Amino acid sequence: MSPSAAARQIAPPANGLSSHAGIYHYDQVDRDFLKERVEQFRRQVARRLAGELTEDEFKPLRLMNGLYLQLHAYMLRIAVPYGILTSRQVRQFGVIARQYDKGFGHFTTRQNLQFNWIKLVDVPAILDLLAEVDMHAIQTSGNCIRNVTSDQFAGVASDEVVDPRHYAEILRQWSTLHPEFSFLPRKFKIAITGSSADRAAICIHDVGLIAKRDAEGAVGFEVYVGGGLGRTPFIAKKLRDFLPEDELIAYLEAVLRVYNAYGRRDNIYKARIKILVHELGIDTFRDEVEAEFARMPVAQYRLEPAILDGIRARFASQPYEVLEPISGVLARARLEDHAFNRWVRTNVAAHRQPGYAIATITLKPAGGIPGDVSAEQMDVIADLADRYSFGEIRVTHEQNLVLAHVRQDDLPALWKALADIGFGEANSGLITDIIACPGLDYCALANARSIPLAQRISERFADLDRQHDIGELKIKISGCINACGHHHVGHIGILGVDKKGVEAYQLTLGGSAAEVGAIGDIMGPALSADETLDAIDAVVGVYLDRRQDGERFLDTLARIGHTPFKDKVYAAH
Amino acid sequence: MPLIETGKLVDDAWVRLGDDDALPAADVPVIVSLARFHKDRDTLVGRNGGLGIWLASSQHPRDIADHLADFALVALDFPKFRDGRGFTIARELREHLGYRGVIRAVGHTLPDQYLALVRCGVTQVEIPEGRDPALWAHALTEISTAYQVSVAGPLSMARLSRHKKTEHAA
Repeated sequence: MSPSAAARQIAPPANGLSSHAGIYHYDQVDRDFLKERVEQFRRQVARRLAGELTEDEFKPLRLMNGLYLQLHAYMLRIAVPYGILTSRQVRQFGVIARQYDKGFGHFTTRQNLQFNWIKLVDVPAILDLLAEVDMHAIQTSGNCIRNVTSDQFAGVASDEVVDPRHYAEILRQWSTLHPEFSFLPRKFKIAITGSSADRAAICIHDVGLIAKRDAEGAVGFEVYVGGGLGRTPFIAKKLRDFLPEDELIAYLEAVLRVYNAYGRRDNIYKARIKILVHELGIDTFRDEVEAEFARMPVAQYRLEPAILDGIRARFASQPYEVLEPISGVLARARLEDHAFNRWVRTNVAAHRQPGYAIATITLKPAGGIPGDVSAEQMDVIADLADRYSFGEIRVTHEQNLVLAHVRQDDLPALWKALADIGFGEANSGLITDIIACPGLDYCALANARSIPLAQRISERFADLDRQHDIGELKIKISGCINACGHHHVGHIGILGVDKKGVEAYQLTLGGSAAEVGAIGDIMGPALSADETLDAIDAVVGVYLDRRQDGERFLDTLARIGHTPFKDKVYAAH
Repeated sequence: MPLIETGKLVDDAWVRLGDDDALPAADVPVIVSLARFHKDRDTLVGRNGGLGIWLASSQHPRDIADHLADFALVALDFPKFRDGRGFTIARELREHLGYRGVIRAVGHTLPDQYLALVRCGVTQVEIPEGRDPALWAHALTEISTAYQVSVAGPLSMARLSRHKKTEHAA
């Protein structure tokens, strides 16, 4: 570490939280609330253990606190509101991983963290440890409004129009133990972004919000509804083009009320809002929402400017230095070190602040398990965040981490430190940057294993020269039709199925969760794991043969159609 | 079944009347289905005892909107505790229809839902036989912060960021 880097290290304030991380800073009321919530759950666990609650009654209560019963153990899913963490919080994950799990944690497509080897009796103690750092597992599961997700580049992206974090925090508070919407027909996921590029997969959420500005500069929201994956995938439909900022909560209440009253409760597979929107049609659904909205005492639900100011005031701003927009240190390092230059190309994004950059830490080393981080790695990442990014760490829905405020001058040192813990891979957005659900290794719902397949693909394509030649190509793997691995929107999607008692994989092509979302088309009959690896090779081969200048995989697929790919994959069968 | 109001066991004077049951003495308050109400409306509203209406979770408050003045009590059925439609129905009765009578949750609810029921405008809850009523009393005290508007207060979003202790009594 250079002397200047040491001088910039941020001393943790008395409460132990890095003061500059772009999170909402809890006040005493938030902490009192969390303490009460932990006590409430502690009593629920005690009642269950004493037989006063049946498992049927306890299940929704534990789910609303993020606790699942999986194949081998309980899984505890910890909420990371809109994916932003402090270094202190990440260190606390490490403490829990060592003490109560097998020494690692798993970041998920919902920007959350899961511990997969938890004992029920330990959960209240773990929740105490989380509460120490203003964290919890509230509403990471259950038929309620789930933890809100957002753009991992919120507040720093060069293409951002409106910072979505403050609205995400408002949604977090509003949805916390909402008295009316805690027993919905099914789970309800809200995602919000404020950029033209959609990094939050708005189109596959129950409600997707795009914060934007009108001609006068006033903030409002483009509102989408009814997106989702699972066995009946839908791309969300537009509900409102411009919802004024102060009506956000009132309007969402109206959407939820219509859903709670009319969403199907007779069939768990038809209970999501996407089915209601599909069955009613978007126009009728909109009429119902607008009718409810018109009846509401909207003034009570209005987000006054003072409320927004109050929320904004609890976000620390980052003490950026005034820097030259172009870093000579960075430019020289890129020239001198090919491997570093390659990492910058894939894993570093433009920052709105001159002289700074956004660094993505892909948790996808060759042959690794997507999203898994050991306690030791967590400690190092927390230290790096303190040293280089104001003590802040972000989680992406692609199961990666982000240091969002790195001086361009510091990128070479950061990359070396990441490489030392196995996370220096220059593969963000490339073929080995795979999303995978936990699959049959952990999950009670899965038909097939996801993780070993992801590891084998990652090994097969480990050659970075080849990966960079292939360019942007997103593989997403789900171990069953519930689609936690987002296979429907993978450029290449892989779905685990049970073929007469044998694990098999069905491939889809052409999905996307970007601005223009699309559900992929099934290629053909399901394949074995070995055949799947060869099929991916074959698909990549067709793309490399047929691509024209500058075409990404999806561009070539759109131009030449699916047939050449199918022919190649199934030629050998 | 035992009846809870503001966290305490209270006597239940009301009789749930089946659609074919004979009417009890004129001063005994009765709860009837919507079908029975429509069939015997003149007789039912002319009695001295109070009149209550029973709504299934699939029925809609607008079905009774024109007759709300006839009812001293609305009973909302929870066929399973996971069926959360009653929360929206209760809130709608209070917020949109201005109903000020008793709203009673009947059927299967958990003490863990009691506070939310109260915040949505429910005043009484039937609890299963053999359950400890102290759990319901305790449930009202478990969480003292409310982050959102509800018909039992608070009535403005101002508490979203500057929240204070909430008045939970309905």
